[in-house]
Amino acid sequence: MDTISLVFFALAFLTIVSSLMVVSSKNIFHSAIFLILALFGVAGLFVLLEAPFLAAAQVLIYVGAIAILMIFSVMLTARISDSGLRHTNEQVPTGLAISLGLLIVMLYSLWNTPIPVSEATPTGGAGHKLGELFLTTFVLPFEIVSVLLLAALISALVIAKRDGPLGGRGAGNETDEKREMEQGARPGN
Amino acid sequence: MFELDKLVKAVGDVIASLVTAMGLGSAWVTTVQLAVAALVVIVFAAVVVLFLVWWERKVSARIQMRVGPMRVGWHGLLQTIADAIKLLQKEDITPTNVDRGIYFWAPIITFVAALAVYVTIPFGKGLLVSDLNIGILYILSVTTFTVIGLLMAGWSSNNKYALLGGFRSAAQVVSYEVPMALSILGVILFTQSLSMGEIVSQQTKFHQWYVWRQPIGFLIYLVAATAECNRTPFDLPEADSELVAGFVTEYSGMKFAMFFLAEFLNMFSVAAIATTLFFGGWNGPFLPSWFWFMAKTLIGVFVLMWFRWTYPRLRVDQLMGFAWKFLLPLAFLNLLVTGFIILLVK
Amino acid sequence: MAAIGINHFLALSAVVFCIGVYGMLTRRNAIAVLMAVELMFNAVNITLVAFARYVTPETATGQVVAAFTIAVAAAEATVALAIVLLIYQHHRGIDVDKVNFMKW
Repeated sequence: MDTISLVFFALAFLTIVSSLMVVSSKNIFHSAIFLILALFGVAGLFVLLEAPFLAAAQVLIYVGAIAILMIFSVMLTARISDSGLRHTNEQVPTGLAISLGLLIVMLYSLWNTPIPVSEATPTGGAGHKLGELFLTTFVLPFEIVSVLLLAALISALVIAKRDGPLGGRGAGNETDEKREMEQGARPGN
Repeated sequence: MFELDKLVKAVGDVIASLVTAMGLGSAWVTTVQLAVAALVVIVFAAVVVLFLVWWERKVSARIQMRVGPMRVGWHGLLQTIADAIKLLQKEDITPTNVDRGIYFWAPIITFVAALAVYVTIPFGKGLLVSDLNIGILYILSVTTFTVIGLLMAGWSSNNKYALLGGFRSAAQVVSYEVPMALSILGVILFTQSLSMGEIVSQQTKFHQWYVWRQPIGFLIYLVAATAECNRTPFDLPEADSELVAGFVTEYSGMKFAMFFLAEFLNMFSVAAIATTLFFGGWNGPFLPSWFWFMAKTLIGVFVLMWFRWTYPRLRVDQLMGFAWKFLLPLAFLNLLVTGFIILLVK
Repeated sequence: MAAIGINHFLALSAVVFCIGVYGMLTRRNAIAVLMAVELMFNAVNITLVAFARYVTPETATGQVVAAFTIAVAAAEATVALAIVLLIYQHHRGIDVDKVNFMKW
């Protein structure tokens, strides 16, 4: 078995085992750490697929921002009473059946579909080609994604503000909200 | 004159012939060469960190009008080795209620992330372990990885001071990454390439150094890099007088040593990146290239140490406000003006 | 074993996607559901980049689309986690089975 196959199987093993641990770990923080491992496995697979820029972007964005955001949320919403609760709902057999069925269908159709593989040497993984594509063929999605990210930023700030999204006194105080509805919003509320 | 690139090439050829004589293919040759090079870099990084720990104590002592360690070796040079031996002998106390797996891996992850940057730093002509074509982007992504180690340490310690320290540290590092990346982008606009070897080879003359073309970018990078290393004036997360010891409160012995060493490794790598990007890397007249690199980097490290013992500490809201409300718009402005000027000049 | 071809990558991507589907359907913690969704995003990215490498190696279109997917996943994770934090503030828990206030 040559080196590339060895590397591929190692990375695939890492990714699959980490993903399994993500969905089946009882401790949510452990799930987050295994998610980071799975994301690293995927970044390694990108390097194997001649996409080094995308691999670095994957680590930078997914591991360096999204995973950290998830860890922050885990830290802010974990409670001591959580360790006694069940971590899966009562639909485990159905979920298992659906996902296994989906897997079988996908693998079967993959097996029977001839894919036109081209033998040319790959170009464009390192940055120049990608940059050109971003600013010529894909300039419209590029601009739309920037607007989308701005919208996500603003909406996350507004939603998670301490005062609550409507400027009222937080989302948890019903008596305050009822009082506000009866008497009308006043400046300083 | 004393260039090391021929020596490195000769060693590489010897390894290649040894591996081929054992009957393994060319992929194994590359792997063994890279492994040996990485090992050499790790040993070098360890020696440099030992030197830096001593130097920090001497610099801080002289700034505070005292002399620092003077007994162990000439002017206390062997003090760090004595400290390392002491730390290795200390009992490794693991508190009962910590999350053991995560508690064990946190210092390792922080240390490995700090060390992984050294693979793409050009230490001299021909002294680059791996000239990745995405060099500087690789460095940026690996430095974000240290935050995971901090958060793991803070969470697993089961201690509210450690948790708060971990939160603050993670928030600070993540906030200052953005202006740092933007200031680096300003340099990339000129170099048209992400590869570190390429960036150095474009700064051969003194007037070609990118610090003259990107002065504001350099200042932004300097401030952001100080915050990335958790150094004063941005060291509230490990503030000795405020949060016990921040996220390393529950760590002792070798694990604490790993966090400590990771901080110094970070400091050296940040100074090395500043040297490569802004000050011409290993370029310089007469003297060997590795000498110029070490001299420039050590001056950068000295500046970082100087900051620590001169400035007071920023409060955490001042710190975050400074990053998001001042540095980030300034970095964007810098990028905009740079792009505009490049367009006009072309 | 034959050399690694596109089928290997697509099979791996299918496995990771189905693991993500299982996680999304069965976990109770809202953040765990989001993590499973991230796994699904990553499986799709592997597929896109594998196609870019094996079917159209001259252009990097698959990689560009994968980059857009990463950006969109970042936006989605941000907003979703903000909503989760809001639910936590209101409800002091993030069990998805219990967030059913709007049911008749």
